[in-house]
Amino acid sequence: MKTDELIAALAADAQPVRRSPERTMIGALAAGVAVALVGFLLALGARPDIGQALHTWRFVLKLVIVAMAALLITRECVRLMRPLARPSVWPILAVVGLLVAALIAELLISPSSTWGHKLVGTNAVICLTAIPLLSLAPLASFVIALRSGAPIAPVWTGAMVGLASAALGASLYALHCFDDSPLFVATWYSAAALIMTGIGAILGARLLRW
Amino acid sequence: MPDPFAELADWMRAANRGDAFAYRQLLDALALRLRPVVRRGLARAGRSELDGEDIVQETLLAVHLKRQTWDETQPLMPWVRAIAHYKLVDALRRRGFREHLPIETVETTLPERLEPEAEPAAAASDIKELLGRLSERQREIVVGMAIEGRSAKELGERLGMADGTVRVVLHRSLRLLADIVRKGKP
Repeated sequence: MKTDELIAALAADAQPVRRSPERTMIGALAAGVAVALVGFLLALGARPDIGQALHTWRFVLKLVIVAMAALLITRECVRLMRPLARPSVWPILAVVGLLVAALIAELLISPSSTWGHKLVGTNAVICLTAIPLLSLAPLASFVIALRSGAPIAPVWTGAMVGLASAALGASLYALHCFDDSPLFVATWYSAAALIMTGIGAILGARLLRW
Repeated sequence: MPDPFAELADWMRAANRGDAFAYRQLLDALALRLRPVVRRGLARAGRSELDGEDIVQETLLAVHLKRQTWDETQPLMPWVRAIAHYKLVDALRRRGFREHLPIETVETTLPERLEPEAEPAAAASDIKELLGRLSERQREIVVGMAIEGRSAKELGERLGMADGTVRVVLHRSLRLLADIVRKGKP
């Protein structure tokens, strides 16, 4: 096929553009997060003492960390839909910075004899299972929406998408989990996020090339 | 600084509202400007022996299929360059060229005004063989609209389909072509 002929075919396919990448992503994510939320409410649910927990700084800080991670990394994934967007490490550095600050605060405040107990927690296995499971539907939404975009770094974008869906899953799971210490969050939540980041990178290499 | 390619951006905005004539003008103009860019990019990667026309065609296909990712309030050409660069790197990667190509390759090789280049007369394009991988009906519609220049209505009557369906088949065929090219040839 000559280039002229290809151009004729493309021009014949000139349909009005309907949706911006941002709108595609919002639509897809709304569905994915709704599925995750239903799954969360059916299988886990918020912890019964959530009213009291909201008065403790550790629980609130945990929610702030996961919500901020979800917000920043999701926004980064939306940005990466356009080909002019270069990969950026700033959203990750911001989240890691907050996590490290929380960790330092915990280590300064609590006696070292409690560290081991706080690190191991009570729910590490559930945490490592529930966060990846809760992040599956958002992950699917991200990938579907990004396939209509044009990310110039598919593997990196896939990793970001895995991380963003883990952060969304963790935002739900944090409402259920009794382990509020930054020691626990920095260890186990991060481990779950790392798993999803790896899965995302693999998916990115396969599904986000265009 | 005024955008030297403002007219191209205007055509693209019109195309995004369904103006096929403006779109055709835009794609013709882009093809002329992409050829020297791709050729220089290949030269910088040390692969000047490769046929750049394939990459020009892949870029045009990507411009078409990803045009919703252009922000209409921004200049058009940086967006086209980013797509051309991605397609150039991707094409080299598929041909086993694994060395890192600096992201600036295309951007610095696309000066404001580059002498436009017509399509080489004997462009041996891979997309031609690819047509053979479409179904008979898809091929009939792509060839009918692209090579014979028929309208969707005309083809619809001949094939006993609504013209809307013809358009849908055309769009799917173009996506399929892009997929086949991207996944590489056996």
